[in-house]
Amino acid sequence: MREPVIPAADPQAAPAVEAAGIHKRFGSTRALRGVDLSLQPGRCLGLVGRNGAGKSTLVSILSGLVAPDAGEVRLDGRPAPSLGDIAAWRGRIAAVFQHSMVVPNLTVAENVFLGRPPARRGVVDWRRMREQTRKVMTDWGFDVNADTACGNLTVEQRQVVEITRALAAGTRCLLLDEPTAALERGAAQRLFERIRQLQVQGVAILYISHHLEEVFEICTDVAVLRDGELVRTAPLAEVTKDDLVTAMVGEQNISAERTVASASAPRERAGAAAAGAGPDLLVEGVTFASPGVFLGNVSLTVRAGERVGVTGLRGSGATTLARIVAGATAPDVGQVRLGDRVLRPGDRAGALRAGIGYIPEDRQADGFVPLLGAAENIAMTITDRIARGGFISPRTREARAAPLARRLSLVSAGLGQPVRELSGGNQQKVTVARALASDPVLIVAITPTRGVDVASKELLLSELDRITGQTGASLLLASDELDDLVICDRVVVLVRGEIFTEFTEPPFDREALIAASEGMGAK
Amino acid sequence: MSDTKNNLAALAADVESALARRRSRSAAAISWVREAALLPVLAVLLVVGSILNSHFLTVSNMTGIGQQASALGVVVVGESLILLIGGMDLSLESTYGLAPMLAAWLIVPVAAFGDGLLLNPYLGIVILLAVGAAAGLVNGLLIVKGRLNGFIVTLGMTILLAGIQDGIVKGQAPFNLPQAFGYLGAAAIGAVPVSLIVAAVIFVLTGLFLRYHRLGRAIYAVGGNREAARAAGIRVDSVRMGVYVAGSILAAIGGLMEAGRVSSVTPTQGYGEGIIFPVFAAAVIGGVSLQGGRGNMVGAASGVILLGVVQNILELENAPNYWIDAIDGGVILFALILARVIGGEASAE
Repeated sequence: MREPVIPAADPQAAPAVEAAGIHKRFGSTRALRGVDLSLQPGRCLGLVGRNGAGKSTLVSILSGLVAPDAGEVRLDGRPAPSLGDIAAWRGRIAAVFQHSMVVPNLTVAENVFLGRPPARRGVVDWRRMREQTRKVMTDWGFDVNADTACGNLTVEQRQVVEITRALAAGTRCLLLDEPTAALERGAAQRLFERIRQLQVQGVAILYISHHLEEVFEICTDVAVLRDGELVRTAPLAEVTKDDLVTAMVGEQNISAERTVASASAPRERAGAAAAGAGPDLLVEGVTFASPGVFLGNVSLTVRAGERVGVTGLRGSGATTLARIVAGATAPDVGQVRLGDRVLRPGDRAGALRAGIGYIPEDRQADGFVPLLGAAENIAMTITDRIARGGFISPRTREARAAPLARRLSLVSAGLGQPVRELSGGNQQKVTVARALASDPVLIVAITPTRGVDVASKELLLSELDRITGQTGASLLLASDELDDLVICDRVVVLVRGEIFTEFTEPPFDREALIAASEGMGAK
Repeated sequence: MSDTKNNLAALAADVESALARRRSRSAAAISWVREAALLPVLAVLLVVGSILNSHFLTVSNMTGIGQQASALGVVVVGESLILLIGGMDLSLESTYGLAPMLAAWLIVPVAAFGDGLLLNPYLGIVILLAVGAAAGLVNGLLIVKGRLNGFIVTLGMTILLAGIQDGIVKGQAPFNLPQAFGYLGAAAIGAVPVSLIVAAVIFVLTGLFLRYHRLGRAIYAVGGNREAARAAGIRVDSVRMGVYVAGSILAAIGGLMEAGRVSSVTPTQGYGEGIIFPVFAAAVIGGVSLQGGRGNMVGAASGVILLGVVQNILELENAPNYWIDAIDGGVILFALILARVIGGEASAE
């Protein structure tokens, strides 16, 4: 590996990316309004902003997927290639998205040289392809076997493949869009190591994230987008977390947003220690094995009205346990009971009728039907209740969905608007509202705030807090985002499929939770 | 305290929503244009047809089109339901042939190529419906419970069912169908064929069912995102099974209409004529997505009418016999392109 040398920041060097006066309009929405941005080689610029602030649009423009209406993008001091010339763009700037862009059936080497394999007279030169892949990997200190099929790689390794692909194409400028969203903590740390390594070797990095602490951990500079405008750009040393939140939310809104945030901070039960509404949940001797996930004889009780968090690293079984309770996955052995009632394994519809509301982990995959309207998605769990003779009046549907939409501050152009047109945060609100619509006695929530901006996150958590408090519903919250666990009365930590330890006294100590997730600390 | 703040947040959201609503009003107008995308094309065809041939716009010709199109239309309803849940069923064309064939064979005398059992024609209709239900059930079991690929399962079923259709009558065409059996396809109330009325009723009822019934909405949910529907507590597998069965029953009813119209069941009815192509074409031209979750009966009906009118114009103009398939295919491709251009992404997927 090369000896890392900190490059003397050369103010004369042309910026790796420079955007000047970028405007972009979609229909009547002004996604970007005169954005100026510049990124020097060897710097890591954190780009933050609430959902819908224009981050994705900016990334699309900077990576050559979308043309700006006005303004100019310059790469290494030269004008950017024309929009159709993808190959030229990829040689100079590349984006790594949170959704993996590797072809699972092809090998690592094929994915690294996707679309431009080294060839001799039109015949693919496999040996050279593998050799070059290995060379790029060793040059940059990566370690993934070039011959493995990408389908067999972990999410972390796939990301390495994508970064290698960019570097092999000669790119020295990377856009990382929410790269840690699908990574567990250890993998995220290793990613940060790699980012530092790249940076030291003069690669310019634009880092997009909802997690301000990540930005503080690895970025050298930060830029804040709000409503399509770049409202703040500064070296990281000159700003505090509060500054960033203020910039993201806007001065005039800050007071309202803050209190939503603090609604859950000094926690007290809204319903004055509301008695539990439903029966206790009993998970008894649940065992489950599949590639990557294992649960070994886990038993857990959630008393009526109690709010229990389950956390652990990816693969610890925390989310699987929640899925089993919700009836979304059938365990190999063991049973789930609500009071005296034994739930049929893997029967989501049965679990719903027993009173279990479910906020699934992956909202894109399980959370909503993109072509259907918000009201229809929200009322999907109660069609049996609102139908008369099997028929549902759209007006009844809207009437049932509207209070929940209002309660969660859902922003939409009417509740008939297809959910796919909503922003990520609002899609998540639809998913949460859908679970709440059935007046559940137990809410099973898996990472309910993933990919949601700071303000919406606080709102969702405080609403879950309030609703469980008011209705006496119990909550089983599986999440690896420690902030989510604030609303719990008790947190169970799973390590490799077994209950490792339990925290019963809120507020929970962050460090202790992290240590326990890693299998360290008091048992 | 936190209530006030939440109310403030809700207020802010309302304001934002109102703005978003204003933005999306134009989008709503566009989607309405998509729904009615084929109407101008139909209007143009009617004008063209009436200019080309004075007989075109007569009542008898129009009801003729209606009668011919209604058998196809009922199958299109069945296929659309299956497409909406994100499935596909090629074997509807064989069910369309086999169900009336088996029933007719059990009904008519040996002299009319029956098997001599001389069953009551009403019992024959029950058998016809049962054949439809059975075909759909087999497809559904293999695809939903057996997790086999729908394309290959229904392709196999297509050939199996068509082979049975041919085999039981050894290539003959049972005729002399009893009046009760042929009524649906042959009778008329005044100038209006019964088949047209029944097909229209099926379209309207299915349309209302899809729009307002909870199972109809579940069909859209399952087709739009199967896992999300499952997570929302919809019994996804039952819905899919039910739709395969319903689709096949509708195909059998379509077959009964056709048998009545031509007052016999030919061994080529369905598979031999290759009706699955116009069935898919009508559905897709009408904006029913092959990806599932998108489409409606207004679109499907206009697709059927469009194909029927084109067919009729070609017949009236005595298009050269050997070329009629080529013209037909060309017209369908042209209609698809047109629907794509007018309807945006509606029929693109």
